[in-house]
Amino acid sequence: MIQKIQANNDFVVKFANVNGSGSASANELFARSILRMGVPVSPRNIFPSNIQGMPTWYEVRVSEDTYLGRRGGCDMMVAMNPQTWDADVKEVDPGGYLFYDSTRSIPSSKFREDLTVIGMPLTQIVNDTYSDARERQLFKNIIYVGALAALFDIDPKVIEQLFSEQYKGKEKLLASNVKALHMGRDYALANLDCANVGLKVKRADKVGNRIFIDGNQAAALGCVWGGANVCAWYPITPSSSIPEMFDKYCKKLRIDPETGKHNYAIIQAEDELASIGMVIGANWNGARAFTATSGPGISLMTEFLGLAYFAEVPATLINVQRGGPSTGMPSRTQQSDLFSCAYASNGDTKHVLLFPQDPKESFDFSAAALDLADRLQTPVFVMLDLDIGMNTRLCDPFEWDDEKRMDRGKVMNFDDLESGRDFGRYLDVDGDGIPYRTYPGTHPTKGAFFTRGTTKDRYARYSEEGPVYVDNMERLAKKFETAKELVPKPIGRLAAKPTKFGVIYFGSTSPAMHEALDELEQQGMYVDALRVRGFPFHSSVVDFIEAHDHVFVVEQNRDAQLRSMLSMECGLDPAQLIPVLHYDGTPITARFITKAIASRLALFSPLKEVAQ
Amino acid sequence: MTYIAKPKLHHPSLQTNKIGYTRRDYEGSVSTLCAGCGHDSISAAIVQACFNLNIEPHKVAKLSGIGCSSKAPTYFLGGSHGFNTVHGRMPSVLTGAALANRDLIYLGVSGDGDSASIGIGQFAHSMRRGVNMTYIVMNNGVYGLTKGQFSATADFGSKSKKGVVNTDSPVDLVALALQLGATYVARSFSGDKAQLIPLIEGALAHQGAAFIDVISPCVTFNNHAGSTKSYDYVREHNEAVNRIDFFTPGKEITADYAPGTMQEVTQHDGSVLRLRKLHEDYDASDRVAAMNHLQKHHAMGEIVTGLLFVDPKACDLHVHMNTVDVPLNTLDERALCPGSAALETINASLR
Repeated sequence: MIQKIQANNDFVVKFANVNGSGSASANELFARSILRMGVPVSPRNIFPSNIQGMPTWYEVRVSEDTYLGRRGGCDMMVAMNPQTWDADVKEVDPGGYLFYDSTRSIPSSKFREDLTVIGMPLTQIVNDTYSDARERQLFKNIIYVGALAALFDIDPKVIEQLFSEQYKGKEKLLASNVKALHMGRDYALANLDCANVGLKVKRADKVGNRIFIDGNQAAALGCVWGGANVCAWYPITPSSSIPEMFDKYCKKLRIDPETGKHNYAIIQAEDELASIGMVIGANWNGARAFTATSGPGISLMTEFLGLAYFAEVPATLINVQRGGPSTGMPSRTQQSDLFSCAYASNGDTKHVLLFPQDPKESFDFSAAALDLADRLQTPVFVMLDLDIGMNTRLCDPFEWDDEKRMDRGKVMNFDDLESGRDFGRYLDVDGDGIPYRTYPGTHPTKGAFFTRGTTKDRYARYSEEGPVYVDNMERLAKKFETAKELVPKPIGRLAAKPTKFGVIYFGSTSPAMHEALDELEQQGMYVDALRVRGFPFHSSVVDFIEAHDHVFVVEQNRDAQLRSMLSMECGLDPAQLIPVLHYDGTPITARFITKAIASRLALFSPLKEVAQ
Repeated sequence: MTYIAKPKLHHPSLQTNKIGYTRRDYEGSVSTLCAGCGHDSISAAIVQACFNLNIEPHKVAKLSGIGCSSKAPTYFLGGSHGFNTVHGRMPSVLTGAALANRDLIYLGVSGDGDSASIGIGQFAHSMRRGVNMTYIVMNNGVYGLTKGQFSATADFGSKSKKGVVNTDSPVDLVALALQLGATYVARSFSGDKAQLIPLIEGALAHQGAAFIDVISPCVTFNNHAGSTKSYDYVREHNEAVNRIDFFTPGKEITADYAPGTMQEVTQHDGSVLRLRKLHEDYDASDRVAAMNHLQKHHAMGEIVTGLLFVDPKACDLHVHMNTVDVPLNTLDERALCPGSAALETINASLR
């Protein structure tokens, strides 16, 4: 007899809906209400590359321990899409729960005996109450949220408070939503066996002062605070909301108080090539420009990236990675653009990458990227992915030091030139490989030079001589070495006991990794961890690998791209680096990582039990 | 003799303009283009136009793509920052640069390969947006730097140097520019500096997207019988609709014109264009008529030159975007960073 799942503040609820039906906002309401009861929640959207009519899922992880990654598995399925019924029912963990619309009878063969089934005649209820088709659709969602509130013990006042914030000034909408909420809740209390559901929400105090925001919005804010004043972009899933949010915030925060005019310019270009071209032109001319795109956009931008690298023009790019290759899986997540970004363009190129783990780092690293691009005079990529970018996540509040100045890097101004100081656009004066540049229009007779993608000497004069070219290329390599100390350093987590095993990971893998490490430790398996946050790799990454016999490299792509780069860039034996790969387009889960590492550890020590 | 650096000396009595510069101050390096190349004449016209307009060289940003024509910016305005970008993509870089600093003058130089083939998209969209720029295409109907392939502006039926006949319909960049909303559209010929120089002056003074298509014969690959872009062919088929006199703002206009033969346009900055009509009923303020005229005369095998259309009330991209009057590249964190208090307000709204 399979045990019914019982858990307080620690479960996974998955909603299966049809997209374009208003379910997203209702499901989000459910998630936010639990958050308002002080219990950490991390919801994830699995949406189709479509506007209306296809299946969409919303997975809500409730975790008092503040595990914000995907756990794996599902304790309750709210099955609202007949099209995906069979797969949805199959996905529920043994002993779990199935909530569905019981208006039409469904044959018993479509259910599972081990699941607790809760049926509610939602369609009948809405048809009896509303006559307008759109109202029926939208309020059906609110009604089931009300029912779930009863089943989970969610305080309805919390949901009413959320409604009052959402519908401030729109009294009629507020009233009708509250009515629908209580209709669902009252029906459930009267007709459903709420006590039979072993998943409950209990008030707690675990959210603290954390904020709830998606990575794209965070990145856009980072660009505002970081001083970006030009944005050129082209719409692509899943990055479009970055420039759109940047626009929204600039309209509020970047208006000149005296004239009402804009302290910024945003252009929706005709394609990604034009976007990066505008970014390069603007940065060449002393503005602070960025673009946001995804994998296919990076492919298009590649030629310009080589120009920016070789001519040494700053460029900030936010890549919200999605399933590749080619058009790939536009609405699925992956970490598979490392090669295409790190080595973009023909010839010997290397580019700086930053790997944020969540919205907080998306904010910080977007701002930092703008400084880094100016300081290093080169393209800098902020490598988000769809999981971070498009899901609302609990994270630490954003902070800003009001003393902070924009770092514009090495720029010679009128006085510098006028004083007679030697200026060579590609001259290494400080030994760090970074020359000085001048903006157009600085001085009437000094400081002008030609920027181009062809070879040149230290004074920007065109040259086809071998030694001159080699000298330039070597300085570019030296500049990349300098970047090692400037990009965000890795963050380590030591296991509770000394161990010869290590694991390296980055980006959105982070929350699931923390949970997996805790779980492994509980099972007596100890692994030191290092989260890489930037490329080129800091020396501490090499130290970490050399201090362990075997290092797992966990990443979300097929070709173990980070592992390859670690081996290649740090001159390490690939045999020492063990790939752990998850790349089906869904965000990696804690259970997957735990199982993958435990089973591989078992190969080294056959007497140890393999964790399930 | 391009290995010899051009001497900076000039004759003491060389004329200076209003700001004390001589013509030499507007020149660049010695050209490495073929002797007799049309592009060098256009470079000389640009030099003269900038001198006449009393422009400070360092206030010009010159950008180009890739090709023989895109090499030209090295040969003029040595005191200006230049950017030789990538093939067909100069317009986007120029647009970005123009956004960063609205106070400079943007001169985009390109070729027919660069702007009518690979770059046709970026050309089109820069015209649509009304970027404040002077965009000159040095049009010779071939890819010179890669040794003589047809470009997209090569006329149907024209012959390459090796005798191959072009069977693709040509792109007319002037017609495209008119259709897409450019507010100063002209065509000229590298061999006619008297027509070309005032056209460039008017374009530089124009506050919007100014486009000049300059037929510029390629002496090495497209100056033979069978070419429709050779010196001979252009001279024989040039149907100028007008010739232009350009007057800088405030300059006294002394020339006389016979009644009914002149159309006057005053631009936003106060400069005055006087169009001496060669076709009596040609109205350079009528975009649709200009497009009709072009189509009609092209079908007759004529090359229509002159100032074909100008809208003196043009608005450029900065005006459309309502950006501040000071250049964006002068703003720092005081104007751009909202600060910690504003951030805390946002944090509060996200709980």
